[in-house]
Amino acid sequence: MKYDYLIIAVRSLAKRKTRTYLTMIGIFIGIASVIALIGLGEGLRVAITSQFGFMGTDVLSVQAAGVSGAGMPGTGAITPLTKDLAEKIDRIGGVEVAFNRYMSTTTLEFNDKQKIEFVISMPEGSTRNIVERMVNLKASQGRLLTDADHKKVILGDNYAQDSSFGTTFGRPLRAGDKILLNGMSFEVAGILEKKGSFIFDDAIWMNEDEMLEYMGVDEDNVNIIAIKVTDIAYMDSVKEDIEKLLRKERGVDEGEEDFSVETPQSMLDSLNSTLYAIQLFVTIIAVISLVVGGIGIMNTMYTAVMERTKEIGIMKSLGAKNSTIFTLFFIESGLLGMVGGIIGIILGLLFAYGAAWAGRLILGADLIQASVSPGLVLGALTFSFVLGTVCGVLPAYQASLLNPVDSLRKAK
Amino acid sequence: MTGKEKTILDLRDVWKIYEMGDVKVPALSGLNLAVKKGEFLSIMGPSGSGKSTAMNMIGCLDVPTKGKIFLEGHDISTMSESDLAQIRGKKIGFIFQQFNLINTLTAMENVMLPMIFQGVPKNERVEKARKLLEMVDLGDRMHHKPTELSGGQQQRVAIARSLCNDPEVILADEPTGNLDSKTGGTVMDFLRKLHEKEGKTIIMVTHDANVAKNADRTEFLRDGKIIKSMRKTAA
Repeated sequence: MKYDYLIIAVRSLAKRKTRTYLTMIGIFIGIASVIALIGLGEGLRVAITSQFGFMGTDVLSVQAAGVSGAGMPGTGAITPLTKDLAEKIDRIGGVEVAFNRYMSTTTLEFNDKQKIEFVISMPEGSTRNIVERMVNLKASQGRLLTDADHKKVILGDNYAQDSSFGTTFGRPLRAGDKILLNGMSFEVAGILEKKGSFIFDDAIWMNEDEMLEYMGVDEDNVNIIAIKVTDIAYMDSVKEDIEKLLRKERGVDEGEEDFSVETPQSMLDSLNSTLYAIQLFVTIIAVISLVVGGIGIMNTMYTAVMERTKEIGIMKSLGAKNSTIFTLFFIESGLLGMVGGIIGIILGLLFAYGAAWAGRLILGADLIQASVSPGLVLGALTFSFVLGTVCGVLPAYQASLLNPVDSLRKAK
Repeated sequence: MTGKEKTILDLRDVWKIYEMGDVKVPALSGLNLAVKKGEFLSIMGPSGSGKSTAMNMIGCLDVPTKGKIFLEGHDISTMSESDLAQIRGKKIGFIFQQFNLINTLTAMENVMLPMIFQGVPKNERVEKARKLLEMVDLGDRMHHKPTELSGGQQQRVAIARSLCNDPEVILADEPTGNLDSKTGGTVMDFLRKLHEKEGKTIIMVTHDANVAKNADRTEFLRDGKIIKSMRKTAA
C-alpha cells in the first residue's frame, strides 16, 4: 500500500523535474556544507593532533605572553624569556632536561633565487641527542649535525622535493649543496626524513651557537623553552613548579602571569576548543541554509497542492480518504528532503575529500584531511528527511481537507 | 428478475442550499428520486437546474442541507468525509465529462488507483485492470499515459476505472460531452452493454436528449426538482 503511494509520489515529482531539482538545491547545499565543513574540520583536528604527537607527550613548553601575530612563537613578547631560565628550570625535580629553542626567519638563496624560510635551533652537547630522539630526527641523505660542525645546516624533506623546493629553485637540494642564508654561505649536511608536517618538513635546522652568531638572534629572547620530564606522572607538579619559579624570576603575582606553560594536553584542549567553535559556527550557518531550504520545500508543496487540486478531487471521488491524500503529499515532501539530503551528502563528501586531495597536492603535506564519520552522514540524512516531512505537514494537511466537489470543479 | 425490484438509491426530500453572502440559493429544493437495482436512468435538465448538485449527492461527494439519502438502505446524509470516501470507492464508479484521469499515471495505473485506495493486493489489481482494459478494447494501450490517448480512448479508460471495484452504481456525468458523435456513440455502446450484459445500475446526467434516449427512464430536472418522468417504451 505505502509502496504504491511512494510510486505515485515519485511520478508527481518526476513530472515537474525542474521545480523538484530547484527545491532540492536548497537542501543539498545546506547538507553538502555541513558534511564538507564538519568533515574537513574533523580532519584538521586529526591532522593537528597528530602533529603534536611528534613532540612527545612528556614535553612541556614555556612561552612569554604577548602580542603574537603571525610571527614565530614568542616574537611579540613584551618581556622575553631570558637564556638563563632554562638552566634554572633544569634544576627542578622531575625535569630530565630543559633547553632553549630559538626560531628565526632567514632569506635562503640558491641558484640566484631567493625565498624566506625559517630556522630552528639545535641545542648542543648531550641535549642534542635528547632532541633528536624526542622529535625522532633521521637523515634520509647525508647526516645529522654534530657539535663540531661549522656553517652547516640540515633541511626538512620538502627542500629535497621536486614539487616544492625544486619548482622554486630549479632543482631540489641535496646533501653537500651550498646555500646562502642571510647572504652567508652554508653547507647542507643532510636532509631529514619526511615528517608529514610543515613544521618539520619546511624547517632549516642550525646549531644553536651559530644561530646566535649569524642569524641575528638575541640569546635573551628565547622563543620557547622546552622541558622534558623524567616521567609523565610528574607533568602537573613540574608545571606548577615552573610557574612558581617563573613568577618569582619575572616578579609577577599569581593570576597575572606574562608567560604560559603548556602541556601537550592543554595545547590540544585549547586547539580543540577553537576548532569546535569554528565547527559550531559553520553548523549554525548550515542550519540556517537548511531552514531556508525547508521553507523552499514548503513553498513547493503548497504550489503543488494548488496545482493539483483537481487531481486531489479526482482521487477523492475514487475513494481516497483525507488520510490517503495527506500521506501522498507527506511522502512527496519527505522524498524532496531525503533525496536532497543524499545528493548533499555525496557532494559534501566529494568536496571534503577533493579539498583534502588538492591540499596534499599543493602543500605536499597532510594538513588538510577529511574525516567524515558514518554518524555525521546518518545524522545529515535523518535531518534532511525530517526537515522535508516537517515542512510537508501543513501543505499535506491543507490538501487532505480539500472538498471533493470544489476541487473537481476546478478547471485545469 | 427479482433483483430489479430492489431500490438501491433513494433520495427523500433532498435540499441543498448554498449561501452566497446573505443570499440563500437553493440548488436542490426537495428532490425525490428512487433508483432500482439494475436500472439505467438518465437525468436531464438545462444548466442551473441542479443536475450537478444532484449528481454530487448521488455520488456521495457532498451531503444535503436537508433531507435523507439512502444507499442500499444506509443513510449517507450524515456521514463524515472519510466514511463517504470509503463508500464512493466501493459502491460508486464515476465517469466524468472531462475523463479526469491522472496524467502522471499510465492507463493501467489509472485503472488500479481506486483499488489501491481499497487495499486490493497488487497481483489481483494488475489482473483486474488488464481484464477491464481489454474489455474496453484498450488491451494494446495499457502502458500509455492519458496524454498519449485520444478522447474516446481516455473515456474508455475512465469506464474501466469506474468498474474496478465492482460498484453498485455507475455515475456518468455528461460522459459524451467532450467527444464527437461517433466516439460518443462507442462510449454509449459500452455503457449500454454494461447495463444489459452485466446488469449494472447506471445513472447518467446529460443535457443531450439523444444520449438520454439510451436510458430506461429519464427524469427531467428544473429548479432543483423533478418536473417530468419518462419511461422508454419497450421497443
